[in-house]
Amino acid sequence: MIRDITLGQYYQADSVIHKLDPRVKLTATLGFIISLFVVQSWIGYVAAAVFLAVVIKLSKVPFGYMVKGMKAIVFILMITVVFNLFLTPGEPLVTLWKLTITKEGARTAAMMAVRLSFLIVGSSVMTLTTTPNSLTDGLEKLMRPLKIFKVPVHEVAMMMSIALRFIPILLEETDKIMKAQIARGADFESGNLIKKARAMVPLLVPLFISAFRRANDLAMAMEARCYRGGENRTKMKPLQYKGRDRIAYGVLFAYFAGCVLIRVYL
Amino acid sequence: MSLILDHVNYIYGGDTALAVHALKDINLVIPDGQFIGLIGHTGSGKSTLVQHLNGLIKPTSGSIYYNGEDIHAQDYDKKKLRSKVGLVFQYPEHQLFEIDVFKDVCFGPKNLGLSRQETELRAYAALKQVGLEDEYFYQSPFDLSGGQKRRVAIAGVLAMKPEILILDEPTAGLDPKGRDEILDQIAQLKEETGITVILVSHSMEDVAKYVERIIVMNQGSILYDDVPREVFKHYKELEQVGLAAPQVTYIMQALAGRGIPVRTDVTTIEEARQEICSKFLQK
Repeated sequence: MIRDITLGQYYQADSVIHKLDPRVKLTATLGFIISLFVVQSWIGYVAAAVFLAVVIKLSKVPFGYMVKGMKAIVFILMITVVFNLFLTPGEPLVTLWKLTITKEGARTAAMMAVRLSFLIVGSSVMTLTTTPNSLTDGLEKLMRPLKIFKVPVHEVAMMMSIALRFIPILLEETDKIMKAQIARGADFESGNLIKKARAMVPLLVPLFISAFRRANDLAMAMEARCYRGGENRTKMKPLQYKGRDRIAYGVLFAYFAGCVLIRVYL
Repeated sequence: MSLILDHVNYIYGGDTALAVHALKDINLVIPDGQFIGLIGHTGSGKSTLVQHLNGLIKPTSGSIYYNGEDIHAQDYDKKKLRSKVGLVFQYPEHQLFEIDVFKDVCFGPKNLGLSRQETELRAYAALKQVGLEDEYFYQSPFDLSGGQKRRVAIAGVLAMKPEILILDEPTAGLDPKGRDEILDQIAQLKEETGITVILVSHSMEDVAKYVERIIVMNQGSILYDDVPREVFKHYKELEQVGLAAPQVTYIMQALAGRGIPVRTDVTTIEEARQEICSKFLQK
């Protein structure tokens, strides 16, 4: 059930995408997300779909894994679609009782659905092919210029990597506590919304306590190894761009330029 | 009245490349009132197996019968099964959540839909069974010591009055004194109520003293399933799968190896003491 959320989980494979510099992948993910909002026409989405499909193919991660990540947002997706479908003013298409589906509504709803699903799949590709460690490295390097504005770049990157690392741990913990409470006769499935919410208490209280305990332990372990933040800290394996990274930047630029052109001319 | 596992297989991770065959063709009969030790190295599948026994995990293939009924049949009442087959997880103190000890123990019986009076009676009896003093009953469970928390958690399952009690590594992370106390209490409980107890552990030393039957698991299969003295005869094979026989077995084997005619199939220190004394007194 909850194990199906793939966001923040790494899938080991030997592929070009896995080997790319994390900075490239971060930039590409950001670029891809922006491109989804740049394009407004169906041709643009087809371009995005092709780009995404090629990347997924190259990454050697089974497509099933990406779709699993989608399950988590089905609910949000439904709300978005329903709201857009019924609440967008414009030319009426179908009228059901007091609700009207407009032509514009149907169009926005469909676009929103595509956008959101591409967004999730796109970011899953990044997290599935990049280890949390290299992701942090990449983030830190990319955000380094912000240091001029006194942004604690290293600390932010460290926090993000810890957060990412904790997702699977907490999921496992949730699963375990859930089972333990089910063994004591707890029921998480039946009943109305209020009953269901109340049934979450035996799950959430131990989960929070366990999260705090783990955070405490981790902090202690880091301090025991003299961690003091990013000041004067060097890397064992500093990031370096290679040939394939330059090519990837080229491809990304071409895709992005294409999207802008589609927006402007089509 | 028994629990039967018939050709149970379980595969983790479905059809991905990461699939793990966690249980391979497990056949077991667990009759009423037995005290069983389930032993295996880390990752041998013992935790997966016990989660099958109360229906938390559905086997990939094979069936499980409780009192003759298939527990994965459409109309089978899983909740009732879980009250009859009580499972205490590893580090059970991590599941405590209520504002005081007593309320937490009430959680299980309350879920069974019992009356308030019955719930509280059971909770009180369960807390007494694990030997927790009254003064702790209305404290926050989070203020207790590790050993006390674990007793509260075990009481939480006992309060459901299970007919089979399964404890997954009940002594993990406890000091020797806490370990002996918990195990002694479990043995005493078994003595008083006559329920079936399954003790999951990776330490032979822990279980040898108490159980009447040992099931040894290795890589998802059952390696041995016999009375302790028979299982410990295979002490060399046990070492190969990352386990060990109790220390007395080694002492007796070493004595026998030096030509002293002692029995080598003793399982507890007390037995060994008597055996050695009798041999020396004969001389």
